[in-house]
Amino acid sequence: MNTPRRRPQSRIGQPISRRSYLATSILVFVAIGLVWFVLTTSGIVSPIFLPSPGKVVSQLWTLALNGTLWDDLVASLYRIFVGFLIATAAAIPIGLMIGNFARWEAAIEPLVDFIRYMPVTAFVPLTILWTGTGDMQKFTIIFIGTFFQQVLMVMDNVKRVPRDFIGLGRTLDLSDMQILRRIVLPSAMPGIWDTVRITLGWSWTWLVLAELVAATSGLGYRITVSQRYFQTGTIIGYILLLGFLGLIADQVMKALGKRLFRQDTQH
Amino acid sequence: MTEPKLRIRGLGKTFHSDKRTVEALRGIDLDIALNEFVCLVGASGCGKSTLLSIVAGLQDHTVGEMAIDGDPILGPGLDRGVVFQSYTLLPWLTAQQNVEFALRAAGKDSAACRAIAREHLELVKLENFAGHYPAELSGGMKQRVAIARALSYRPKMLLMDEPFGALDALTRQQMQSLLTQIWEEHKLTVLFVTHDVEEAVFLADRIAVMAPSPGRIVQQFDVGLGRPRHEDLMETPEFMQMQRQVHRAILDAARPQAGAEA
Repeated sequence: MNTPRRRPQSRIGQPISRRSYLATSILVFVAIGLVWFVLTTSGIVSPIFLPSPGKVVSQLWTLALNGTLWDDLVASLYRIFVGFLIATAAAIPIGLMIGNFARWEAAIEPLVDFIRYMPVTAFVPLTILWTGTGDMQKFTIIFIGTFFQQVLMVMDNVKRVPRDFIGLGRTLDLSDMQILRRIVLPSAMPGIWDTVRITLGWSWTWLVLAELVAATSGLGYRITVSQRYFQTGTIIGYILLLGFLGLIADQVMKALGKRLFRQDTQH
Repeated sequence: MTEPKLRIRGLGKTFHSDKRTVEALRGIDLDIALNEFVCLVGASGCGKSTLLSIVAGLQDHTVGEMAIDGDPILGPGLDRGVVFQSYTLLPWLTAQQNVEFALRAAGKDSAACRAIAREHLELVKLENFAGHYPAELSGGMKQRVAIARALSYRPKMLLMDEPFGALDALTRQQMQSLLTQIWEEHKLTVLFVTHDVEEAVFLADRIAVMAPSPGRIVQQFDVGLGRPRHEDLMETPEFMQMQRQVHRAILDAARPQAGAEA
């Protein structure tokens, strides 16, 4: 006779310790790096397609030392900063209005929805025709790629503000604009911050796209040039760098958001 | 006869949607005297919250008139303090700041805001939690802050829409005692919506029972129980008797055929 055994617990949704979480994450990175290393150093894959990790790092290092990497980075960061700032500065007030006023929604929401489904890539030739191949064209592409998404997401953030919050403002005899400024906007702010964080990630894609097609500087430009000269190491190095920059930006935004909206997030 | 604090005459509300029209309220007549505590009770869907929301000015009505101290109600205003069922504390402000928020809207300068907010947090016994954010407060505490906020700018009357409906039984009882105590000491005119008969009998001077479709007041009870009231009142035969009567009235009102008579 054996005593009945407890059935194993379901692992769905069960947390693991922070240490083992971190260890697992790092292990995956290391494993991929190792596969890369083995594939390239054993000669299975030709370096013209995939150079070794060491080669990529040393290539990046060289470009960093001679200033190329720095120039590319500054050019790209400037473009993303301006382009994204314009898009966000426009999207937040407009999203706030269409999230609150039906007339604004009727005027803008269907239009934005329509434009949103036009592929950003198709706008590249057009924007070159309109604005040339300078920074203005990069701003435009970043704007087209992010603004129309942001507006709808901000509208959604705003609509999630509890109805009774607006009722409260009305019972306190606040005007509509006062309600928007003092209640709706601060209440939607944690959500809007997330929208900004998520769309910032996307805007990197649009930047690089614009730089790949037509540019004389920037990270995307360097990638195109490197392809012309079979400098696969630089291409891979830059792609990794872009991923890394995105990751840092995201983590910084996340940490800032946690700090800014501490009171709203803990429940 | 003295002028009532709140006077409602022939009030009706009809909702129009694309497909049909729904008569939510019909022929509501209700007077609330100065410093009277009136509870609106009725089965869910009888329109009691709609009525309160109309008195608050948050919804329009279709026909009829309402006035406070003889002044017609034309929209929301600072002469009525509203406490919602959802706590409606702004999460980015502390308890103190939440009360100050209302005072600032009422046009008080910041020194006055601080002092008055403090005083009203003491009134609801939360002076030690002034610096806490809503996320750090329990449901009962949040609702106490909301009550303090609604009282702080001295409205002529208080409108409460099932304010304790989301609380557990024990906390609800504590809140009822606290509200009764505040009411007995400070005297307020209150319109209070609830579906909890025990709560209504414990709090009210008068109970108005509503019937659904269309929502209307079918019966009123004067709660002749003495004051001050304490929780042990709930165990007395008079209390239970009153509770049974009101309960019976709600059930009668909610019967479908009752709708034909109006």
